[in-house]
Amino acid sequence: MRARTRRLYTFGIAALLVLAAAILAFFALRENANLFYTPEILAERGMPKPGREVKVGGWVEPGTLSYTDGGATMQFTVIDNSPSTITVKFTGVAPDLFREGQGVVATGSFGPDGQFTARQLLAKHDENYQPRELKPLEAGG
Amino acid sequence: MIELGHFAAFLALGLSLAQGITGLRGERRLAGLIAVAAFGVMALAFLSIVHAFVTSDFSVALVVNNSHTLKPMVYKIAGAWGNHEGSMALWCIVTLGFGAAAAAFMNTDRPLFEARALGIQGLLATGALAYLLFASSPFLRIDPAPFQGAGLNPLLQDPALAIHPPMLYLGYVGYSFVFALAAAGLVEGRIDRVWAREARIWSLAAFAPLTIGIALGSYWAYYELGWGGWWFWDPVENASLMPWLIGAALLHSITVTEKRDGFAAWTALLAVLSFLFSILGAFLVRSGVLTSVHAFAVDPERGTLLLIGLLVYGGFALGLFAWRAPKLEGGKPWMLISREGALMANNIVLIVAALTVLLGTLFPLIAEAFGRTISVGEPYFNLTFVPILALILILLPIVQAWAWGKADVKGWLRWAAGGAGLVALFVLLGVGPMNIPAGAAFGLALGLWLVFGSLWELKRRAITPGRVFKLPRRVWSMTLAHVGIGLFVIGAVVETTGRYESTLALAQGDTGTVAGWALTLDEVRSIEGPNWYADGALLTARNGSRVTTLEPSKRYYPAARMPTTETAIYKTGAGDLYAALGEQRNVDGQTRWVFRVYFNPLIDLLYAGVVLIGFAALLGLWPASRKVRPAEA
Repeated sequence: MRARTRRLYTFGIAALLVLAAAILAFFALRENANLFYTPEILAERGMPKPGREVKVGGWVEPGTLSYTDGGATMQFTVIDNSPSTITVKFTGVAPDLFREGQGVVATGSFGPDGQFTARQLLAKHDENYQPRELKPLEAGG
Repeated sequence: MIELGHFAAFLALGLSLAQGITGLRGERRLAGLIAVAAFGVMALAFLSIVHAFVTSDFSVALVVNNSHTLKPMVYKIAGAWGNHEGSMALWCIVTLGFGAAAAAFMNTDRPLFEARALGIQGLLATGALAYLLFASSPFLRIDPAPFQGAGLNPLLQDPALAIHPPMLYLGYVGYSFVFALAAAGLVEGRIDRVWAREARIWSLAAFAPLTIGIALGSYWAYYELGWGGWWFWDPVENASLMPWLIGAALLHSITVTEKRDGFAAWTALLAVLSFLFSILGAFLVRSGVLTSVHAFAVDPERGTLLLIGLLVYGGFALGLFAWRAPKLEGGKPWMLISREGALMANNIVLIVAALTVLLGTLFPLIAEAFGRTISVGEPYFNLTFVPILALILILLPIVQAWAWGKADVKGWLRWAAGGAGLVALFVLLGVGPMNIPAGAAFGLALGLWLVFGSLWELKRRAITPGRVFKLPRRVWSMTLAHVGIGLFVIGAVVETTGRYESTLALAQGDTGTVAGWALTLDEVRSIEGPNWYADGALLTARNGSRVTTLEPSKRYYPAARMPTTETAIYKTGAGDLYAALGEQRNVDGQTRWVFRVYFNPLIDLLYAGVVLIGFAALLGLWPASRKVRPAEA
């Protein structure tokens, strides 16, 4: 095979693969990039499709933390500086620095009833760390 | 003591600049001597930092911020690099260490080329040292000296994490010398088999510790974060995965340059990129532009400096490349169906895979620029990275038998039939009697296909089984690395699809069941450590006649005012029974402790696979081929 033909094939295959990867990545990002919601944003933009993975964040409203399921599942309300709230349900161990009144970011999905079921909870990581999503809230509050 | 270190670091800065100048002027011997001296002086500077940590010298600001007298000795030492300044000192000493090792072991019979490589390495060290001394100095005093330090972040007080940064940096920074070799080769316009033989050794010297370093970091996250998983597609993890993928591509491409004089420009480009991606990794980790569970010691301003360094190095190297690459020789002719063709496909796939990781990692930043806050998680990577890589792994056992130049394709129909049969068997078995998902069955078949395909290839090359151990070391290195990938795939697929997880809220005496194991909470007691105290749970786990105890605990470090999770892991032979202790909950007037319990099947196989890859790289590095040089033909 002559060098030019070979180069043509090489670039052809590479271009095809890159294109395929780009298409894959495009759809994967469209379906799987997790949008971030605070109660205020949720009230503004409306509920995302039930079952779609998103993140919600805000503060844990003091006095709303309760347990069901024999203690395995926790439920609490997330608030921000707006009148809206989001109810979050999570089965598992709360992060080390999870407290009522503190910031929290939950990854999970909304059910048809508007209740949010979290797959993962992140709280403040150490004394100096805030989840990046909460920084604007902190500045505003 | 620390002033001595400070002075030594300045001396190292001067010496590495001298190494750069003499090297670029072509004085191989002198540049080599200076490189060794610079390393010695920097070692002294580094030891002075470690000394300050060991003696808890609280007049040094870095020690105040990161150490504590009650900390166990091993973490006092590890504390020296468990922070931004110390880790940059580590970066400097590794850069100079690779320069000194290169001065001693480089062996190409091309003094001018070697001198230039040392010179460029010297300039890279100059940059790193200037950054250390002027932007992140670990040598500063504090006045008045406090009586006690703030302590190392408790999450970092862990054996795996004590050696994880040095390993990872040996890998990241090891690529600096690969970069220097590529730049020196480009200046000469000679990226040929002599160059490739040298560069291959240094690429392996960086690849092996990088592999082990990634495995250590992942294992740390597995048992220290208490989330049961081993890879979270976290930006910091991705930052180490990208240079690894480029480094793997480089190792394959460099073989073509060494054996056939081919792919010269491409190999040089990968050699440059491997280091640029390492710096990009450092930037992503240090700058705090991305949210990460692993990111410690974050500082945006220093991040900007790293970004500038990345642009300068990148601009220089890519400019050099654009200028010189057209002059490089093309090598021996080859057909598409040949070993060259196969290695080219390998390279394209690895690079595309690295680009999908890059896109997934940077996309939140891009979106933020457009005012949306989003994050990219595991599903994205499972849909892009995983199928792209699976593509090349399917082909691997077939194409590794292909000959250089032009492959005889008669044999590979048989291979393809064998592979298809294996997959069909597994998918049928999986979906049918064993009732596992088709994707998992396919992954399992792929893993076995890789393991047996690689071993089969070893046997084929040996011709008779008795000669297997007489094969060259690099054939063994390749085989073991590919077997390692196979083991990793099996472990990863089984772990990901077969993991059980459950949350138990137990009062004293209660029993819960996870994956066939009945767990009884015997008691929760208080434990006191050197610089922490803890609530420790005592769980008795029973499965048939097997009984074991699990003791997960939750530590609290008063110095850092921070709790950590200490998981308990029982190795059952088929996987890990894994328990993490959560908080105390008051349910219906009763005190209960909440536990997260996992069963992670075959997770050890996954880590064994990765360690095998690292070991294989070390084996390939062992200088056996150096004495007997193949004839230049």
